Amino acid sequence: MGRTLGKDLFKHRYLYLLLLPTVLFYVLFQYVPMYGVLLAFKEFKYHGGILSGPWVGMDNFKDLVAQSDFWRAFWNTLYISCGRLAFEFPIAIILALLINEVAREKMKKFYQTVYTFPHFISWVIISGIMFNFLGNAGVLNQIIASLGFHKVTFLTDPGLFRAIVFISNIWKEVGWSAIIYLAAIAGINPELYEAAYVDGAGRFQQLKSVTWPSIRGTAAIMLILAVGNAMNGGFDQIFNLYNPGVYSTGDIIDTYTYRSAFSDGLGFGVTTAVGLFKAVLNFSLLYLANFIVKRLGGEGLV
Amino acid sequence: MQSAAKTASAPIRQTPGRRRKIHAADVVIHAILILLTLATLLPFYNVVLMSFSNTVAVSKQMVYLIPTVFDFSAYTYIIHEPRFLKALLVTIFVTGVGTAVNMLVTVTGSYVLSKTGFPGRKIVMGGIVFTMFFNGGLIPFYLTMKNFHLINNLFVMVLPVAVNTFYLIICIAFFRTLPVALEESAKIDGANDLQVLYKVVVPISMPMIATITLFYAVDRWNEWWYGVLFMTNVNLLPLQALLRELLTNYAQVLSSITTSVSVQNSDLQPEMLKMAVLVVSTLPIACLYPFLQKYFSKGVMIGSIKG
Repeated sequence: MGRTLGKDLFKHRYLYLLLLPTVLFYVLFQYVPMYGVLLAFKEFKYHGGILSGPWVGMDNFKDLVAQSDFWRAFWNTLYISCGRLAFEFPIAIILALLINEVAREKMKKFYQTVYTFPHFISWVIISGIMFNFLGNAGVLNQIIASLGFHKVTFLTDPGLFRAIVFISNIWKEVGWSAIIYLAAIAGINPELYEAAYVDGAGRFQQLKSVTWPSIRGTAAIMLILAVGNAMNGGFDQIFNLYNPGVYSTGDIIDTYTYRSAFSDGLGFGVTTAVGLFKAVLNFSLLYLANFIVKRLGGEGLV
Repeated sequence: MQSAAKTASAPIRQTPGRRRKIHAADVVIHAILILLTLATLLPFYNVVLMSFSNTVAVSKQMVYLIPTVFDFSAYTYIIHEPRFLKALLVTIFVTGVGTAVNMLVTVTGSYVLSKTGFPGRKIVMGGIVFTMFFNGGLIPFYLTMKNFHLINNLFVMVLPVAVNTFYLIICIAFFRTLPVALEESAKIDGANDLQVLYKVVVPISMPMIATITLFYAVDRWNEWWYGVLFMTNVNLLPLQALLRELLTNYAQVLSSITTSVSVQNSDLQPEMLKMAVLVVSTLPIACLYPFLQKYFSKGVMIGSIKG
């Protein structure tokens, strides 16, 4: 046994050599930090190793749940994620179905090309575009003013912040999210449409009984993945768009963690605890969503 | 949502390949899609215009759709200002070296993982997939990088992002579709796994490799977060981290710049400079986009979603 394994390893020695950088990457930059999560149960010492402080049990978590800002961030994250599921998730599917109704291939391609472009632009740049567009002297307020209304402080109004988050993310990502559905639609056997047509199905009925059943599985998987990300809430976007004026509705767990650790001095032990809390919750939600989808007869992730 | 309902109200017989009459539903669909096209493009157009519009133009309040003035001073300023040049160089370094490292690690790793029948494959694959769903969080990551002496080190924008798991899985799925016979005949000729990879597999995989290279290059070019997180030395900030500072803290950035070029030009107003940096940050992506776009719609990204 030992000899055959040894032989096997030797036979594939070049494969292992080629795999080495990848394994090193995952160990050093994914698993070593994962091990550092033990800091959530320790006191952090600035001098000495990351984990050199004494064990403190659940003290960091007790400190954390006593922070009202943490709970505010927790609920904001939840609301924003639910909003994304309610607005952003279905709109990608609707856009894919709309593009699919365009008869001419060239037009289809043109629309897709335009809508996908903002996906490749970073949130720093997009935030700059938005400040320019939504600011006090921006295009939108110029139009509002010229129509005789009062200017709106779009970017500092806590009541508008979440709506702006949803709309801007749809603007940036809807084309990209639609691709996966368009690809699923492209894979549908045309004979199915012909059969439906022969049976007298109209355009909408074809959509309902041929197109939709074919993308339902894809939609279920995207839904599971979205639920598994519920505690993230979109750091890149919110970090670049928010300001102290909108913390009440816009501060999410990730932005709260960053500020607490690097400017508010909540301590690395407590902020590690936030990270762990979030990761465990995300993982559980993913598991749960996968379980439910499978129960409902869907394919699921694993 | 309303649009879907509109589609419903117009029962059209659709025959593939035959010319059909233009119907109300088509008009509505195109109207929506054209509106969305304008909504996507106009903000970019406006940014470009703003970058050329000095105080004179802005005071006319006509810069939003029609250009009245073409003032290049914001761009001249960027070219002559060392701080922007440094940031641009940092970004070019990160994009060049970063993408090279990305491709080297991703192609070798995914090639090996596309094979079956060597001990340890399942463990490695499981370990990789697990990281997609669980991680240690920001603080342990930060402290680990600190331990690795990567703070104020340009390689912090290269090494910790050496592999994107999503792209890795796409590559694995792609390599699985290659005919086995090609590799086998090379092996019979006495080539080892290394030689098979770079003499046989890489040449026939060029379209996929080009695509993934572009994806990585865009990601590296867009780097700002590790700049914000790990660089306390402002000379090491990538372009987009500097842009972020400029957007959120304009006065401070300008006061930290000591050259005289800025003061001399009174027409150079803040919006103009911000928008010019924004254009410079976007331009390379816009130039690469046609090549990028050619491939991803062909389903390169698919197959991978289910891992």
